[in-house]
Amino acid sequence: MNIFVCVKQVMARDSVLRPNETGTWAVDDGVSFEMNEPDTFALEEALRLKERHGGEVVAITAGPARSASTLREALAKGADRAIHVEGNRYVESDAYATAQALAAAIRREPHDLVLTGLQSDDAGFGQTGVILAELLELPHATIIMEIDASGGQLRCKRELEAGWFQTITLPRPALLTIQSGINKVRYATLMGIKRARRKPFRRYSPDELGIGEPVHQRVRSLYQPRQSKQTEFLEGSSQEVAAKLLNKLRFEARVL
Amino acid sequence: MSYPLDEEQLQIRDAVQDVCSDFPSEYWRKLDEFQGYPTEFIRALTEGGWLAALIPEQYGGSGLGILEASLIMEAINASGGNAAACHAQMYIMDVLTRRGTDRQRERFLPELATGRLRLQAFGVTEPTTGSDTTQLQTRAEKRGDSYIVHGQKVFTSRVEHSDLMLLLVRTTPIDDVRRKTHGLSILLVDLVEADGKGIEIRPLRTMINHHTCEVFLDGLEVPAANLIGEEGEGFRALLDGLNAERILIAAECIGDGDWFMHKACGYARGRVVFGRPIGQNQGIQFPLAKARAHIDAADLMRFRAAEMYDAGQPCGPQANMAKLLAADASWEAANACLQTHGGFGFASDYDVERKFRETRLYQVAPISTNLILSYIAEKVLGLPRSY
Repeated sequence: MNIFVCVKQVMARDSVLRPNETGTWAVDDGVSFEMNEPDTFALEEALRLKERHGGEVVAITAGPARSASTLREALAKGADRAIHVEGNRYVESDAYATAQALAAAIRREPHDLVLTGLQSDDAGFGQTGVILAELLELPHATIIMEIDASGGQLRCKRELEAGWFQTITLPRPALLTIQSGINKVRYATLMGIKRARRKPFRRYSPDELGIGEPVHQRVRSLYQPRQSKQTEFLEGSSQEVAAKLLNKLRFEARVL
Repeated sequence: MSYPLDEEQLQIRDAVQDVCSDFPSEYWRKLDEFQGYPTEFIRALTEGGWLAALIPEQYGGSGLGILEASLIMEAINASGGNAAACHAQMYIMDVLTRRGTDRQRERFLPELATGRLRLQAFGVTEPTTGSDTTQLQTRAEKRGDSYIVHGQKVFTSRVEHSDLMLLLVRTTPIDDVRRKTHGLSILLVDLVEADGKGIEIRPLRTMINHHTCEVFLDGLEVPAANLIGEEGEGFRALLDGLNAERILIAAECIGDGDWFMHKACGYARGRVVFGRPIGQNQGIQFPLAKARAHIDAADLMRFRAAEMYDAGQPCGPQANMAKLLAADASWEAANACLQTHGGFGFASDYDVERKFRETRLYQVAPISTNLILSYIAEKVLGLPRSY
């Protein structure tokens, strides 16, 4: 099975972020980067499918030069080769432009399954996977909790709202966006890092893939959340106050 | 990090950080409370091959340099953990790699690389002899194909969590040798085999969770085939491993320093007193800024020493200076961090007091700061030996 797994490099979760001068993205100077966490679960799922059914795992990203280290991490964890669509334009790009770049590279090769994380930790569109499926003309399913690829088709468990699940069957090839936490992600090993050096690593420029300058969505303003404090007194009987409090915790604070 | 790392070195650091992220502060805090050993953490490191970094590739290790090994130690301490539970595996096996016979290397190194065997303990210090190693009292007498060992060791760390131990013993009485550094030998003790046969191990509760023990040796029989290096040349073999140890310990201090800086600055940014973050006050900023500068300076010396070590050059002064500067810098950072936190620094939940205790050790062990100063005075400044 030829599995493509799309990974994105994002700023590390513990980074101290501040908007850049144009107010369109965060300053990335002095910030460390890591693999988008939801994509780590997609990569792990791809590696497990390969271990069970054989084949090849190809890690692919669209991003600036520094994103190569995220692909190297995927190789160190067990991906067989990597493809980097390299361009600074992908730092602030939207889901469509990213999907376009990924599609242009994946389309060139046989693929049985394409996996992505459910969403990215930075922009959080949650759209790249589904747009990519449309561009590749693949059937797709989102928020996948389980994949059974033992038959000719893919039998998958999807997470729905309120604790509900759905089991669906898709033909191959297909694209799945993977829910975070569905597996225990493996660590890169020291030998894995050493072996990664010798694995194939293909770079494409957007021009090589015939992709024009993307102009789809533009960030107008990005700002720090404004912090404020306010006190509200709930009034009524104990029962009424309890009901109001419950309502606020559930729907405003969203902690229940 | 004050030094440009290549891509593979960055990957090594990031991958160890990844492993460490599964072992958060709560994990170390709990171990500290009950003086527990980080078994799961060590297992994860071993499975990833991290503790076999210095073992040559032909024996199943990665054959990396001391620089890469030091990055591993640094990342562990910078994560809030403590590399003391495993660092000795790195530099103790170095003695075996350098001085062991082919047969010993083939017998032990592959199993150490896979983690099936652990070599984490080196019995050197004794109750009456610390830094003055040549005066040690533990003696081994050759009888047929074995050595019979009598004596006592103290501060033998991790011996309860080790399958093998190196033991420094006197094989020729000090009165019968020309130089007091002669007549010492290193024996490899199979602790599983030796259990109940002339060895008794008693844990020693200490200020930090360091798994250190007293070891009583009363007629312990060690096969002569387990002699590491030549008989009587154990002191030289011991010295061989010291530069590696100094560099690795320096890296742990750098990691601690980074942890203290991260913790202190995070707190200083968020803690508001008199209507503004305390980090805006120069009284808070200056000690932290100073500590940062000293950590980075020590870091440069660590890299210099590691580069020289990996190039096979003599690096005693650089390795010792790296350890001295790094231990001082981490201690300075610990103080600044604790002061920044005020009363909360003393609360266990903040982890500052635990790391404060842990980093204090580096002023004393594995070598006292004073002894490094004496070394620099003698070897670098050319002054008369003071000890």
